[in-house]
Amino acid sequence: MTDNIEATGRYLSEIIKKGCNADYIEAHLEESQTSYIAYRGRELESVGRRTAIGGNVRALVKGGWGFVSFNNLDELPNKVELAINQAGYAGNEASQLAPAESVFDIVPAESSDNPVSIPLAEKKQVLDEYNEIIWRTPRIQTSIINYGDGHKKSIFTSSSGSYIEQERMDISLRLVAIATDGTEVQQAGESLGSRGDFGFMQGIHHKVEEVAQRAVELLSAPQAKGGEYTVVLDPVLAGVFVHEAFGHLSESDFVYENDRMREIMTLGKVFGGPELNIVDTATTPGLRGSSKYDDEGMPATKTYLIREGKLVGRLHSRETAAKMKENPTGNARAISYRYPPIVRMTNTYIEAGSASFEEMIGDIKEGVYARKWYGGMTSMEMFTFAAGEAYMIRNGKLAEPLRPVMLTGNVFTTLENIDAIGDDLDMNQGGGCGKGGQMPLPVSNGSPHIRIRRCLVGGK
Amino acid sequence: MENILAQAKKAAEAADVFTISSEETQVQFESNRLKHIQSKQSNTVALRIIKQGRIGFALTTELRDGQCLVDNAVETAQFGMSAKFVLPILASYPRIEVFDPDIESVSIEKMVRLGEELITAVTDHTPGIICEAWITKAVVSVRIINSSGGQANYRKSVFGLGIEGTLIRDTDMLFVGESESSCHPMSESGGIAELVLKQLELAKDRASAPCQSLPVIFTPNGVASALIPPLMAAFNGKMVLEGASPIGNKIGQMVFDKTLSLRDDPTVVYRPHSRPCDDEGVPSQCTPLIEEGAVAHFLYDLQTAALADTNSSGNGSRGGGLPTPSPSAFIIAPGSASLDDMVSDMKEGLIIEQLMGAGQGNILGGDFSGNVLLGYKVESGKIVGRVKDTMVTGNVYQVLKEIAAVGSEDKWVGGFLSTPPLYCPSLSVASK
Repeated sequence: MTDNIEATGRYLSEIIKKGCNADYIEAHLEESQTSYIAYRGRELESVGRRTAIGGNVRALVKGGWGFVSFNNLDELPNKVELAINQAGYAGNEASQLAPAESVFDIVPAESSDNPVSIPLAEKKQVLDEYNEIIWRTPRIQTSIINYGDGHKKSIFTSSSGSYIEQERMDISLRLVAIATDGTEVQQAGESLGSRGDFGFMQGIHHKVEEVAQRAVELLSAPQAKGGEYTVVLDPVLAGVFVHEAFGHLSESDFVYENDRMREIMTLGKVFGGPELNIVDTATTPGLRGSSKYDDEGMPATKTYLIREGKLVGRLHSRETAAKMKENPTGNARAISYRYPPIVRMTNTYIEAGSASFEEMIGDIKEGVYARKWYGGMTSMEMFTFAAGEAYMIRNGKLAEPLRPVMLTGNVFTTLENIDAIGDDLDMNQGGGCGKGGQMPLPVSNGSPHIRIRRCLVGGK
Repeated sequence: MENILAQAKKAAEAADVFTISSEETQVQFESNRLKHIQSKQSNTVALRIIKQGRIGFALTTELRDGQCLVDNAVETAQFGMSAKFVLPILASYPRIEVFDPDIESVSIEKMVRLGEELITAVTDHTPGIICEAWITKAVVSVRIINSSGGQANYRKSVFGLGIEGTLIRDTDMLFVGESESSCHPMSESGGIAELVLKQLELAKDRASAPCQSLPVIFTPNGVASALIPPLMAAFNGKMVLEGASPIGNKIGQMVFDKTLSLRDDPTVVYRPHSRPCDDEGVPSQCTPLIEEGAVAHFLYDLQTAALADTNSSGNGSRGGGLPTPSPSAFIIAPGSASLDDMVSDMKEGLIIEQLMGAGQGNILGGDFSGNVLLGYKVESGKIVGRVKDTMVTGNVYQVLKEIAAVGSEDKWVGGFLSTPPLYCPSLSVASK
């Protein structure tokens, strides 16, 4: 590529130090290589490589933010000045930022093998095997496989004197099997992710086979009867639930300038039973939401959001932490240099409880066991999430399979209605979160099996 | 660009180079106040080659390093799909105006003023509501050249204005919002403010929905959030080719109500989703998809069309990868019933403005199910208030097979859809 970004980073760092007309300035530079392979149907449909260089400058003046992003690295002093001018125009109050220590750090990638440099032929061979498994399943109409990997080097520098280089790898794989019996079309899928370890994508033949079988089984499954049920969620779906239903509510940018939200989210308030603990942490090695520093150069932390049923914390950027007079948590993240960092989750999960799966379903007369996921969405108070697989529970036992169900509810009452938490915490690495037009951000979420009373299930 | 094409021609039988660059300025209001001003400059160049009959692809933001781009494309071409298409030769394009030079002179002050007006109108009406608003202007330049001598380029201006308001009482949250976009700069925000105030008026009182089948009116926003995602998948030529579209073998058949007509149309002047050609340089055309209830056509790019033994409909779209069929803008033809007529016809039913999560289920099969984020209850021909904790479930192919009425008041939603309200006789409703 052109001049190395480290040199550009040091140059930007010098310009920023001189930017005396702003309360705060930071800059990001990023250099990335990605490769991807996509199948639709039997054939490999597209395969490609991408490279990118870009950056941004963000300035804070009197509480207003200016932001300038670019691919063109020329005329950087003008870009810094533009960001400062814009911030000055937007600003109309005192700037507030939680204090940050000045950090100089070079953080290498967690994995030493760069997945982007593995020959495409090798990746293709693994994916060919998976596609073959899907296709040899009777009544499969087609398949969709999307594999992508990336290597990213990013530089953060700020007027507080920090300079941080971070390198990361990322791999994601999504497999979908689509089945038909001539009139009905049904699909099932599986998402996986890792921090650069390609080995993680190998040897999952049995999982792929399950996906194909599931798509075929759904063809003959009935739709649930809509209404309220006791619902048991598997770790994947419960992880989506904790992310969608509670995680987003813990993001302080929704709360900090909204008095009513602040009342609703008062620390100490009881949200669930004494067995309920919810955590967000970027400090666990190997998880896709982890990083040593966030995109404001703040160190990663482990934050309890709910402890023994009580609200005890929330996720912050430097600005939201200062405005709410709480400790920063290092949760300002951006999907790329094209966007400013905003408050985001990292790895979010419900801690393990004590119930076994059998105990959970044992006393349910009529309920729904929902597994896997299509997706989820939240509007703060209300959430919906779609399960990829569902079964009726009858008289304490798993019964007939159902079409994929949509679950919906009110966050506050649903958390209260969790009455059993399993002992089998599992993290799902296949997720990508969207917020404020920034999608997909690598995150992970997890949970043990959980049981929810009176959950609304969409259906006939 | 010419250099990249020349280098690619040395390494492959055929190639096209697609560049897109944009300059965007956005003003954002948070919690009723001006908070962010952003400028975004971006440029990318994408190279597609055909080497030994196979397609290779690479993309970069780095215009100066053509050789790296060509090398990457050559590597991927070893495994790429067999190319079945021929790149378009130099063609004449329909004249579709999508650039208004006035956009250049819109100042940040003016954009800020629009946002302030909008927020003042909404907060004056409903004190305590917290609004986010955004005003965007952008200029996008596209250029395509290929080894068959084909070339195309155009410039597009886009101006957008939007607002979302949240009103919280205890733990009850009400979400309202509207947005609008055009290639012309907008000089006033009154139209959007009026629509948001209407939502706030209708949502003032609460009403409850029973658990049963009810008639439902989807407003244009409601049509976009509930009914459109399955149709976008079903009319995609690629889904048809794979046999995954439930209507793929139903050309000419009455799959929908005879009052329903849908077309894909990138030729409407000064609309943000219009353009003289698609991302492969194929001239834009208006493609009828549903003609009075009958399935008419599907949407194709060059490669998919060649595989399906048909012609590209000019719907090749690039989202950072190879072109793939994608709608430009869906237009549902208006009917004759006014919204008031529809409402007064209802004994008991719902009006759905926003359905949350409807795009997450089995879209291919046409199923949709979502939580009513913004919707109203109708009793004896009158809107009585807002419904909550309510889930609506249906299947697009059942719902659109029998429509009670197609509205007369059509409206653009999100730039990609123009639709009137649709009145459906029966949908399953679950509530608590």
